[in-house]
Amino acid sequence: MTSSLLFNVTTFAYLVSMLLFFAHMASRSKALGTGGIYVAYFGLLAQTGAIALRWKESYDMGVGHAPLSNLYESVVFFSWTIVLIYSLLDLKYKYRVIGAFVMPFALLGMAWAQLGLNTGIEPLVPALQSNWLTYHVITCFLGYAAFAVACGVSIMYLIKASHDESGQTAGESSVMSMFPPIRVLDDLNYRAIMIGFPLLTLGIITGAAWANYAWGTYWSWDPKETWSLIVWFVYAAFLHARFTRGWVGKRAAWLSIIGFAATIFCYLGVNLFLSGLHSYGGGK
Amino acid sequence: MTTKQRDFLHSLWDFFCSLKLTMFLLISLSIISIIGTIVPQGTPPPEYLATISQAKFQIYKALGFFDMYHSWWFILLLYMLTVNLVSCSIKRLPHIWKIISHPTLVMDSGLEQSLPNRASFETAERPDALKEKLSSFLEKEFSRPVVTEAAGAWHFFAQKTPWCRLSVYVVHLSVIIIFIGAMIGSLFGYKGYVNIAEGESISRIQSRSGKDIDLGFALRCEQFSVAHYKSGAPKEFKSILTVLENGRPIPDYTNVRVIVNDPLNYKGITFYQSSYGNAGDYFFTVSAPDGKNEIPVKLNSNESATLPDGSTMHVIEATDDVSKFVPNLSGAAVQVELHSPRGATEKMIVYANHPELNINYAMEHRLGVVLQYKGNQKRMFTGLQVAKDPGVWVVWLGCALMVVGIYGAFLMSHRRIWIRMQNGHVTIGGNASKNPASFEQCFKDLETKLKNNLSTEG
Repeated sequence: MTSSLLFNVTTFAYLVSMLLFFAHMASRSKALGTGGIYVAYFGLLAQTGAIALRWKESYDMGVGHAPLSNLYESVVFFSWTIVLIYSLLDLKYKYRVIGAFVMPFALLGMAWAQLGLNTGIEPLVPALQSNWLTYHVITCFLGYAAFAVACGVSIMYLIKASHDESGQTAGESSVMSMFPPIRVLDDLNYRAIMIGFPLLTLGIITGAAWANYAWGTYWSWDPKETWSLIVWFVYAAFLHARFTRGWVGKRAAWLSIIGFAATIFCYLGVNLFLSGLHSYGGGK
Repeated sequence: MTTKQRDFLHSLWDFFCSLKLTMFLLISLSIISIIGTIVPQGTPPPEYLATISQAKFQIYKALGFFDMYHSWWFILLLYMLTVNLVSCSIKRLPHIWKIISHPTLVMDSGLEQSLPNRASFETAERPDALKEKLSSFLEKEFSRPVVTEAAGAWHFFAQKTPWCRLSVYVVHLSVIIIFIGAMIGSLFGYKGYVNIAEGESISRIQSRSGKDIDLGFALRCEQFSVAHYKSGAPKEFKSILTVLENGRPIPDYTNVRVIVNDPLNYKGITFYQSSYGNAGDYFFTVSAPDGKNEIPVKLNSNESATLPDGSTMHVIEATDDVSKFVPNLSGAAVQVELHSPRGATEKMIVYANHPELNINYAMEHRLGVVLQYKGNQKRMFTGLQVAKDPGVWVVWLGCALMVVGIYGAFLMSHRRIWIRMQNGHVTIGGNASKNPASFEQCFKDLETKLKNNLSTEG
């Protein structure tokens, strides 16, 4: 058993899970939704095993480090955190249809990583040889994943809300009746961001602590740092708008989608289009 | 103060207290910050300047785009955010403080109607026993109640974590503390850079703003080395450093190993491994084109030498094995740049093992001299980032406060329970500052327990 085989199993499981959720949404069959979540759990388990195995494999190669060091490993970890946050949400709320809007993000990550990125285990360059790497990456990606879930829920909100406004026809309403009520979607969006925002804050702080420890500057307006601050501002605006100006519903959903777009740019766009200190994206 | 002035101050105050301003500032800061991630900051590289027109360059420069995070308009927005944050906190804090310090102890019918969770039932308990029971029930199941008598009824008030309402102000305070820390750093600290060749020591450095700074002690580089993985990727950049005071090594700071991610700190000044290079000497012989008047020339990597014919030369690059670049040649070689007295510049390669090639080259290009490479002596220099930042602990204090504040603001909730007891009639009500769904469950559990606790029959 190798980690690479297990990662392929994971990718396949996420594909099956997503298709089951789609079928669940279309057919309203409860069993399909249950199937979807079990396959997602199985995929999460396989991926957890694969990440642990890759960690061990790196030690066997004599370059031991946590598998969080390059673009491939970060995309895989991102996908893992998305399914993890979604699973926790499902354990609590059991709205299976949300899977149809969240699993595609996880599948997209795994498929891109497995097919499009260099999967080799590389030794750590001196700049990354620090325990701060693990703390920084874990907190950032758990935050990103919560924002991904919030974005998926917000898309559902906008679909459902526009449907409710236009008045339903019988055929469509069957799919729409699978969606949680918009009040619940709005609340879930807020809850996911309430998980993501503190984690992103911790991610920025651990990043600053690391930068200070390694370079003597906790903040240098590097494009990655600046974009993480932009993301932080957007969600801070979301929270202030919600707490004090009562921005709920559509406006909150749009802010959440914009926030996630900024998050993705912070994670990938900065590496692909801009230059800076986090240059792992260039080393494909 | 005239009415007009007062009106002006009032509207200024309202302006800074407004949440619209907060939203405007947060969103503007987000959008404006993007500029600095696209336009390179600091001295723009020539490749970038080639892509924009001269007019654009002048406009960008005038607007401060090349150092936008320190431009007056960006700093102004940050100041406005700070003032906005302080004003909003000052405006709202007294109200929140009153909720905490002077809780409403009595649930009248107005309050009762406003509560999302409420229930009432009859009980046959005797008033004295009931009062005792309600009191001990709240203390056991929720928190210790305050009991008051008003308008012929007994009122019980109990609450949990009221101070978590202050969390959001802790977050606001933390932002200000971080700003203060950053200011202390920029006023009393500095960032600089220094190169030290192996065996040499320095006691002054150049700060980034161009100031010459006396460290108050000396730092010697004993050795610098690079280790590689099998794949050729760098594994470790290592400097061995010694701190000297009055020329004497400090015992605990002798032969300290400094690598990336593991700096050296002495007297509040920290040295970070940042770059390296060759500071070694290159040896040449120089002769006239006919081979006469041969003299040795020693040349450091970052200096240039004047040759007998008046031309100057410096080394650009060196290799120990030229066959990597030119397959049928062997031995060491250097690339040098030669400036003739007439102003011509010649870039050429000088070989150690192929003197005839060096002569041919000189002939073909009609140089005034013939160069022969005699090898080099390896000596590395280490490049260290130097930083002194007395404000950094203030920044960490701010960060810690922010984490605590965010935890309190998002994950804790101020929960309140009121009970009114009047003529055998018990009314219970409650609310929470956050997460009403979870509190609803908690309230229902309390209600059930309370009913089971009291005998409802006559």
